[in-house]
Amino acid sequence: MILRYTAGERTNHWIVAMAFVTAALSGLALFHPALFGVSGLFGGGPWTRILHPFIGVLMALAFVPLALRFGSENRMQPRDWLWLRQYRDVVNNREERLPEVGRYNAGQKLVFYAVVLCLFGLLLTGVVIWRAYFSLYFAVSLIRLAALVHAICAVVLICTIIVHIYAAIWVKGSVEAMTRGKVTPGWAWKHHRAWFREIMTRAEDSRPRSD
Amino acid sequence: MALQSLDIVRRSATTTRSPDIREPTGGREVAKLIDTTKCIGCKACQVACMEWNDLRDEIGTNIGQYQNPHDLSASTWTLMRFAEVETPKGDLEWLIRKDGCMHCADPGCLKACPAPGAIVQYANGIVDFREENCIGCGYCIAGCPFDIPRISKKDRKVYKCTLCSDRVAVGLEPACIKACPTGALVFGTKEDMKQHAAERIEDLNSRGFEHAGLYDPAGVGGTHVMYVLHHVDQPQLYSDLPANPRISPSVRLWKGISKPLALAVMGLTALAGFFHYVRVGPDETDERDEAAAQELAKQLEKSP
Repeated sequence: MILRYTAGERTNHWIVAMAFVTAALSGLALFHPALFGVSGLFGGGPWTRILHPFIGVLMALAFVPLALRFGSENRMQPRDWLWLRQYRDVVNNREERLPEVGRYNAGQKLVFYAVVLCLFGLLLTGVVIWRAYFSLYFAVSLIRLAALVHAICAVVLICTIIVHIYAAIWVKGSVEAMTRGKVTPGWAWKHHRAWFREIMTRAEDSRPRSD
Repeated sequence: MALQSLDIVRRSATTTRSPDIREPTGGREVAKLIDTTKCIGCKACQVACMEWNDLRDEIGTNIGQYQNPHDLSASTWTLMRFAEVETPKGDLEWLIRKDGCMHCADPGCLKACPAPGAIVQYANGIVDFREENCIGCGYCIAGCPFDIPRISKKDRKVYKCTLCSDRVAVGLEPACIKACPTGALVFGTKEDMKQHAAERIEDLNSRGFEHAGLYDPAGVGGTHVMYVLHHVDQPQLYSDLPANPRISPSVRLWKGISKPLALAVMGLTALAGFFHYVRVGPDETDERDEAAAQELAKQLEKSP
């Protein structure tokens, strides 16, 4: 087996994930009347309003170490653009036709950038519309705009995460990578061959064992 | 917060019909008319409002101005705003405006509110906050084109003028109307108030105020608190009364099309995933991939 995520990375990922789910649910409760009932999960409307921004700040803060850890591995390379252009092969499981993929494929990289941008946008606009502490420092026209941008960022982020979660269900072995930390050599060979080559040539101790 | 419940035409954060089975006798909209040309700035209306609603704002400081307190607050729902204006002719005009909720026909606060039933609009046109449903987010403050709702630091609920909906419901006029000594404040059906205003404006026009007129801004569908102004062409002279108030385009977008659109986009994204799984299926690794991996690993071991 090959180590893909350390215990620290897994912990960090799941803290962000849990914060995301709670922030998304509480945020949706405040966004659409049809979902206001979800506020019951958080102890009612006022509690949802109180908790949501704190959960959001927690998510943004918890994402910082994750971004620092994975940022360098998510730079777009020429082969990534080629990979994206062959999206038909990607969605039809014809991986043998695709260019070799490093630790992350272009789709994962785009998810990474979308999350970075959305979280940054949500944090900035969230502060502006945080009535209890900060809104009094901002002009009402800015608050109105921030509320709109906050909603847009949130929808883009939620859709991105739906894609992220689905991709993990679709590509078998990905969930284990983030829950147990390890992937099989075959998984790494098939989905991230350039990364497989790299770790095989670089690190002695992470070579696949016969067990 | 008032007692009526069967003559609600609009309810915040509610996509189905409001309880509107009752058809109020006459079915007429009410309005308060504030004639700034008759106002002497005595603040009796402010006192009556405090008294009827049992509100006592904190005692502030005097900054050498008649306006007191300095601004609306959770405990000050109406406020005389005093503006000293120099006209182009060099005259000084003291323009006094009783500020408070305008009770818009198209209320920005109600549009922005995310809490079901925290803001309601009655058939008579009164826009009322029901604080027991308020969650304290302050979206109504962003939604209001007149800068009226104020959030309380004490209970984190928003408050504003109710147009004495409790009094109006039982056939009384609002407390401020009752207290006005000059007849600058009058209350009745909206039609009657427009009629009354027209008479006043005609009189003012004949006495040299050629720009006197009624302030009933169409941008918010008209209001249930209207002003007679000496200078209706320059409402901003009256302590920044907006010339063309309307619900901001950002708020319209945020609270309009974006809501169903966002739900649709999120739902479709999830559905796309589900049907991709059903049609294309999972991407799995098998023994051949493991064998190929071992093969490549062996090659790499030999080659360096």
